[in-house]
Amino acid sequence: MFVAELAFYLFSSLTLIAGLMVVLSRNPVHSVLFLILAFFNSAGLFVLRGAEFPAMVLVIVYVGAVAVLFMFVVMMLDQSIVKIKETGRRYLGIGGLIGLVLLIELVFVAASGSLRLDPTSIESSGLTNTQAIGMELYTTYFYAVQVGGLVLLVAMIGAIVLTMRTRAGVKRQDIPSQIDRKPSDSVVMKKVQSGQGI
Amino acid sequence: MENLDGAYLAVAALLFTMGVFGIFLNRRNVITILMSIELMLLAVNINMVTFAARSGDVGGHIFVLLILTVAAAEAAIGLAILVSFFRNHGGIDIEDLSEMKG
Repeated sequence: MFVAELAFYLFSSLTLIAGLMVVLSRNPVHSVLFLILAFFNSAGLFVLRGAEFPAMVLVIVYVGAVAVLFMFVVMMLDQSIVKIKETGRRYLGIGGLIGLVLLIELVFVAASGSLRLDPTSIESSGLTNTQAIGMELYTTYFYAVQVGGLVLLVAMIGAIVLTMRTRAGVKRQDIPSQIDRKPSDSVVMKKVQSGQGI
Repeated sequence: MENLDGAYLAVAALLFTMGVFGIFLNRRNVITILMSIELMLLAVNINMVTFAARSGDVGGHIFVLLILTVAAAEAAIGLAILVSFFRNHGGIDIEDLSEMKG
């Protein structure tokens, strides 16, 4: 079990350092990269805790999709580091106070011993983690999965509606007017006498 | 591994506190605030996995997947709002985000 403890301390310390650097880094690009590091290390924590499938989904969804989305937007919005105003100091006091109070509360809850649960093991049922999730996901949690799909649908429609814009002066194909075109609109038959123009 | 449960909860608590701290500290740009929210959701996920392993119920893992779904939707909507705001104002300084202040 020594290796597992060593891996736990490695992953957790890297997660915490990366999380701190996400918050403290001045360059948003560095923040996104540290966020990716934090996601990878917490995926390692998930694997240590026996949650292989959520760990893989975390890597695929977060690192593969959400972090890339963040990176796209950071690069696209061209937030230069010089232009960033130095307004952080003003909120350092109240931010630190609120963070400290929250941390003390969480430590009190964790230390009060009210979180005692029966230590049983998931692996005792003989299923792998992915099998166990698959047995439950579409049976017990069927409606939750459906609602999750609806949330994704609404998010997709909302993102498209928010970012779509119609610019003036852009030539587009107008399909109904093309279909409505008749030969009489565009072609005129003329009888031209030989030797003369129109 | 049972003696590490408290350590997992401590890591999650520290990560959540970092997220809250980041929201208050980073009054510079909105993208960092969105990343702080992602950190807080990650801390909640670590809690979920820890409690699922402790109680032997796979429901915690399923809720990790649902939290991931909601976090992805939230990131997409938030970044879309940012892009739209950037187009209209030419910048995303958080001091300018005060139009709905009566």
